[in-house]
Amino acid sequence: MSTTTPSRVLPRTRLELGRVGETARRSDGVPKVAGEFAYSSDLVAAGMLWGHTLRSPHAHARILSIDVSEAVGMAGVHAVLTHEDVPGEKTYGLEFPDQPVLAIDRVRYFGEPVAVVAADHPEQARRAAERIRVEYEPLEPVVDAGRATESESLHPAGVTSGHGYLDDPRPNVLRSIVIRHGDPDAAGDVSVEGEYELGIQDQAFLGPESGLAVPDGEGGVDIYVATQWLHVDRNQVAPCLALEPEQVRIHLAGVGGAFGGREDLSMQLHSALLALHTERPVKMVYNREESFVGHVHRHPARIWMEHRARRDGKLVCVHVRILLDGGAYASSSTAVIANASCFACGPYSVDNALIEGSVVYTNNPPCGAMRGFGAVQVCFAHEAQMDKVARALDIDPVELRLLNALKPGDMLPTGQVVTGAMPVAEVIRRCAELEPPPAEELPRDAIRLPGGAGNTTRGEGIRRGEGFALGFKNICYSEGFDDFCAARVKLRADGGAEIHCAAAEVGQGVTNVILQVARTELGMDDVVLAPGTTATVGSSGSSSASRMTWMAAGAVRDACRAALAEREAKGGGEVDVERVYRHPRTTPLEPETGQVTGERAHVAFACSAMKVVAEVDVELGLTRVVWIGTAQDVGKAINPQAVEGQIEGGTAQGLGLALMEEILTRDGRILNPNFTDYLIPTALDMPPVQSVLVEDPEPDAPYGLKGVGEPPTVVSTAAIVAALRDATGRELARVPVRPDDIVGL
Amino acid sequence: MRISLEINGERREADVWEGESLLYVLRERLGLPGSKNACEQGECGSCSVFLDGTLVCACLVLGVQADGHEVVTVEGLAEGDSLHPVQEAFVETGAVQCGFCTPGLVVAAVDLLQRRPQPSDDEIREALSGNLCRCTGYQKIFDAVRAAAG
Repeated sequence: MSTTTPSRVLPRTRLELGRVGETARRSDGVPKVAGEFAYSSDLVAAGMLWGHTLRSPHAHARILSIDVSEAVGMAGVHAVLTHEDVPGEKTYGLEFPDQPVLAIDRVRYFGEPVAVVAADHPEQARRAAERIRVEYEPLEPVVDAGRATESESLHPAGVTSGHGYLDDPRPNVLRSIVIRHGDPDAAGDVSVEGEYELGIQDQAFLGPESGLAVPDGEGGVDIYVATQWLHVDRNQVAPCLALEPEQVRIHLAGVGGAFGGREDLSMQLHSALLALHTERPVKMVYNREESFVGHVHRHPARIWMEHRARRDGKLVCVHVRILLDGGAYASSSTAVIANASCFACGPYSVDNALIEGSVVYTNNPPCGAMRGFGAVQVCFAHEAQMDKVARALDIDPVELRLLNALKPGDMLPTGQVVTGAMPVAEVIRRCAELEPPPAEELPRDAIRLPGGAGNTTRGEGIRRGEGFALGFKNICYSEGFDDFCAARVKLRADGGAEIHCAAAEVGQGVTNVILQVARTELGMDDVVLAPGTTATVGSSGSSSASRMTWMAAGAVRDACRAALAEREAKGGGEVDVERVYRHPRTTPLEPETGQVTGERAHVAFACSAMKVVAEVDVELGLTRVVWIGTAQDVGKAINPQAVEGQIEGGTAQGLGLALMEEILTRDGRILNPNFTDYLIPTALDMPPVQSVLVEDPEPDAPYGLKGVGEPPTVVSTAAIVAALRDATGRELARVPVRPDDIVGL
Repeated sequence: MRISLEINGERREADVWEGESLLYVLRERLGLPGSKNACEQGECGSCSVFLDGTLVCACLVLGVQADGHEVVTVEGLAEGDSLHPVQEAFVETGAVQCGFCTPGLVVAAVDLLQRRPQPSDDEIREALSGNLCRCTGYQKIFDAVRAAAG
């Protein structure tokens, strides 16, 4: 294993040695700008082979036979493996083991792995994969989520049963959830309804799935990989390899972004299979096209909502029906539908509600975690509804939101009472105060027109609109999951400290959080963070659910305090302690009513408000987001610059979903698996983002912090489309909004 | 075939297969993985390098096409122990998150500032519009370029 080490340093300054609450320079910043940071695709080892995956060209087919004989004999080829070569469990999964390591007798989505090859050169591996003869009998794919419950069952019955979910015997139901709160028949003075739809969004992290598996010569394997949770990878990999967990060591290689797309396994098992089989290190690197089928996506959704309100604007009752398309395998779908359902009313006080959600199996691309995790989809719908209520009652949309704003002591539709910080009204007010720039005159530089450098018009068709939206979601895992994070602190005799924590640095800056907390608690500057691995420390849990800063800060704080106490008790010398941190316990929802069975089903909540100015060229159907102002409930900003970075980046991803990002499929096949046809926001698409950090300490969290990664993504799609509705007067009930949705007014 | 080229001021030789991109040759043959493999089809700019002084995507140039030419990669921007001012500005302003786009953006920003030492905000946005970043929303990258321009 060779990794690069930074050869250059910037002078160490206060900026680099920041403590809790200070903007501190990223500890990995210098190697990253110098091109010296070792990402998972940069790794090399002596004698290394290249792995390649043969994938299904069908969304649904029976496999009649697989003939690898020609591929095996090709020059440079060292192994060609199929499901028959998987020594242990044949299936795995993040929460339910429903996904074959390599397809057995059936493929259920376009791009499903069927065989893997190891060769001296990646091109040899690709060409050998082309020579594997797979005989398929194509089957009719189930591609309409609305009809999945009337279709043939794609999986054996009961994959997700026995987990305390509502009993729903219809075929292909992964989970149904009903939340019944108060009196769902309660009537208001006005009622508005709408149907909303969201396309499939891709995480589109820039660093493709990649890594290196190195056999240890004793039957075990070391896997260097970009992931969000080292220990859960290990726990899925080891049984399929018929190894003990200790024989599989997962090490964090440089991660080129994640956003939920690295929660599930990609090449971990495949590279390890090849490495153990060939007794050689094996590197696998997906290209962009393969990456599009190599990870789960954000669930596409169909949502119906009805809002009933009193004449004075107070919400009386909300009815919601949600259908998510989970695609071919379970991934985290059952948690995503719970989130979508639990947060379907938004951060508003609603006394009566009936919320019904389902997520189903289809033969579409598998869906799972992506930043916002179910809350994005329902926010788009509930905020459109709030604007409809405001219009029906002729109330200012910001005033309507203030009137209904959730606050501590209020009850959520799940029956959970909000006990922590919940400064919704403050967030609304701080955002509403932000002043957008004045309208720009015409003529102007083409770069500042919708359509930008296309230079198609002089802007005669431009209309300007302003939108406002509010969103929230939970922080940390929910519904009784035993969520914890370990950290280990070694105090050296020379006075320095070494921290071990398996928290995955995916770009969000948790490395700095850990170092800032440790420097604060230990009162010293000489603190280093050891590389993340399953080999030296317990599980950290996942870099997801806006939980990692909270959990890592809690674990590192506790371990530091324990280490100091132990050193004092010993009267000095070396100390090495590990501590496990747990957030307040949650309990499951009651399956029939969706009501809490204990004090809480969710740990805490964070909200965000956003104001958007957009211009629409109604002749071209093109848009330009001009300005975004936002206020976010952050609890306590551990590193303010990094928090702003999360807000700006999370906003960009919501802008992408609003305006351009959608995986298109036909018969389950992805039509646009590349950055030519799947567009993500560029430097020309992003407007200036003005952000206000609202600090209202969370009583249950270390330092009062809240996770900050997801709320901007939850709210921004809704806020941007609200501005487009204001500009066009159209309903725009589907995202991404397409040119033909707004052209020709 | 064997190619010979000057990389970051140093004469280098490599045995390559004719189908390999310059990006592959840099990363896998010459031990220079700083240029990144994000899309490998010229859409994201993560593999931006200078080829005879011109900004190119290394994934769109064949290794054999670079035979006899000069290449400067992100690894060649620092002078000894001192980072290039653009690199330093990226660290200071928080323009780096996951960092996978960073090498390409740094090279593109260096190219911009060579052509336009004091670019306007619109010129910055247009010059960097061929470089995708998924983490930052670009705001702090603009800050970095403005800071480096001084």
